[in-house]
Amino acid sequence: MVTAENVTRLDERLSQSTVRAVKDTRAYTAFRIVNGTLLVIIALVTLYPFVNLVAQAFSSESYINAGQVNLWPKGFNVTTFQLVMGDAMFWRNYQNTVYYTVVATLVAMVLTTTFAYAISKYHLKGRKVFIGIAVFTMFFNGGLIPNYVLVNELGLRNSVWAIALPNAISVFNLLVMKSFFENFSTELEEAAEIDGLSTYGKLWRIVLPLSKAVIATMILFYAVSFWNSWFAAFLYMDHRDLYPVTVYLRNLIAGATSVDGAAGSAEATQIAANVKAVTMLLTVLPIVCLYPFVQRYFVSGVMLGSVKQ
Amino acid sequence: MSTDGVTVAGGAPQAALRDPAAAAAAHSAVAGPPEPGGRAARRRRAGHMTWRRALRRDWQLYTLLVLPLVFFLIFRYLPMFGNVIAFRRFRPGGSIFGEEWVGLHYVRMFINDPTFWNVFQNTLVLGVLSLVIIFPLPIVLALMLNELRSRRFKRLVQTISYLPHFMSVVIVAGLVFQITAMRGTINQVVTAFGGEAVPFMQLAEWFRTIYVGSEIWQTVGWGTILYLAALSTVDPQLYEAARIDGANRWRQTWHVTLPGIRPTMVVLLILNIGSFMAVGFEKILLLYNPLLYPTADVIATYLYRVGIGSSQFSYATAIGLFEALIGLTLVLSANAISRRVVGASLW
Repeated sequence: MVTAENVTRLDERLSQSTVRAVKDTRAYTAFRIVNGTLLVIIALVTLYPFVNLVAQAFSSESYINAGQVNLWPKGFNVTTFQLVMGDAMFWRNYQNTVYYTVVATLVAMVLTTTFAYAISKYHLKGRKVFIGIAVFTMFFNGGLIPNYVLVNELGLRNSVWAIALPNAISVFNLLVMKSFFENFSTELEEAAEIDGLSTYGKLWRIVLPLSKAVIATMILFYAVSFWNSWFAAFLYMDHRDLYPVTVYLRNLIAGATSVDGAAGSAEATQIAANVKAVTMLLTVLPIVCLYPFVQRYFVSGVMLGSVKQ
Repeated sequence: MSTDGVTVAGGAPQAALRDPAAAAAAHSAVAGPPEPGGRAARRRRAGHMTWRRALRRDWQLYTLLVLPLVFFLIFRYLPMFGNVIAFRRFRPGGSIFGEEWVGLHYVRMFINDPTFWNVFQNTLVLGVLSLVIIFPLPIVLALMLNELRSRRFKRLVQTISYLPHFMSVVIVAGLVFQITAMRGTINQVVTAFGGEAVPFMQLAEWFRTIYVGSEIWQTVGWGTILYLAALSTVDPQLYEAARIDGANRWRQTWHVTLPGIRPTMVVLLILNIGSFMAVGFEKILLLYNPLLYPTADVIATYLYRVGIGSSQFSYATAIGLFEALIGLTLVLSANAISRRVVGASLW
């Protein structure tokens, strides 16, 4: 069962080294030094784009344009932050992102939890068929155009449902929850049954309260994917004030690159680089801030999803 | 990753799974009084439980299934049948299944479309590059991490390397533009060594490198998780035995570690082959521009422009169906081959 304690244990296992206590040969010592150095380099290279992003966000435009901003801000400036944060449309779109994420995650959680709970019961007749219906969609799906036609036909355009409904169940998340519920203590449920609880009562009063860790993991999985998504909104939202912040950012980047490509006014390019950096930074900020605290839940979620069915 | 017959992380705390057959047998024993007929008879009866009885006993569970099944029906299976417009003329605003049969008209259309074959080739090249270059890297990184002794250092590297996985593809595209800009970091290095600044995002010959590079940055760290999990389940006694047999570190890795994570490798390889045709559509859509079409335009982006851009829904659907069928064929054959050759498969 994924309790908070188990998640920590699991996390520790992952960061444990399977070190065999034996005296190192000289060759192995050399290997370890090279290995450690390489990993430091890999970590630095992975971090570099973020460092560069922060540096550009706090630099003045002329230094970015002169190609002098790498690790550290030059010509320190925060006026762009005021500029971007003062943009009513940016805030509007930011609110949209929050709203879409909350609604879509809620819908996804309800559908995923109920389906996962039902198909976790081995005695359920037709269980294999239901699992098959879900798993088959991992390997074959309708494709872009039929989905697009369908969403338009259902009249979902320009509403949160165009984002929430078509992606309501991630089969991977579904299987993670299913394996979790399969391992749920049968004794507890049987005891609840004897006490006269119905299936709904068992799910709501016994199973869910004891599944907080896996539910938190699933909420995180869904929330991050909806927070990051842009394509559905890009396809189905016609007005600027319905966009999520990712589409705001996408349009900013696309606009900036066309200025670049046309070798247009240097002024426009300069402003674009700094404004882009600030907007990107403000968009990733919630995820980066939350990330260190929730990372272990993601890891345990992936592990849980991969155990034998 | 999580279908029948696969153990990726057998040693995880959650892996203590019950045997479905045993559970079913136990249940039938509760359902009916034991008979002299023995287990076989009981099993037959359990298997033959009628729908009427199942519904009466589990109707509440079935009601929980209704909404999700409606979801799958409408948003997953209806579009699958919507693919029929690949063979029917579709009129915007008309039926989602099209107006009249036109046979293979649209299939012939893309077979005779030179742009289609160009984007088909680009898809294959990017798919092969991703598979050959990116697939092995998480294995290597996991093995490197596994040799670390300092847990804190290992944790730190893991935390940093997972981070890009959580970035929106819009952010990743933005970072790619930033790093490869004329005055960006890469060009600063180029000019520092006396070279000319390169307009990377306007030269088709650079796109594949940039695409694969950004994929490595975003996916390799996260990809190590399952391998690290598999590594932690390798029996330490095997290393002991190998050492007694005189195996050095390298031979231990080769003969104990790698075979230990082989099932994980096979499963992930099959899944990667399955998504071979669906190369990063959203990322390419964000990164490319007409100058890059010769290398960057793939089937998915082409059908997006044809379908959504120029409203040729039937034509775009025909292309999409072709792509999806190749993907399905690939994953089925990879699975079948793997089952025969190495005995591991998704189902």
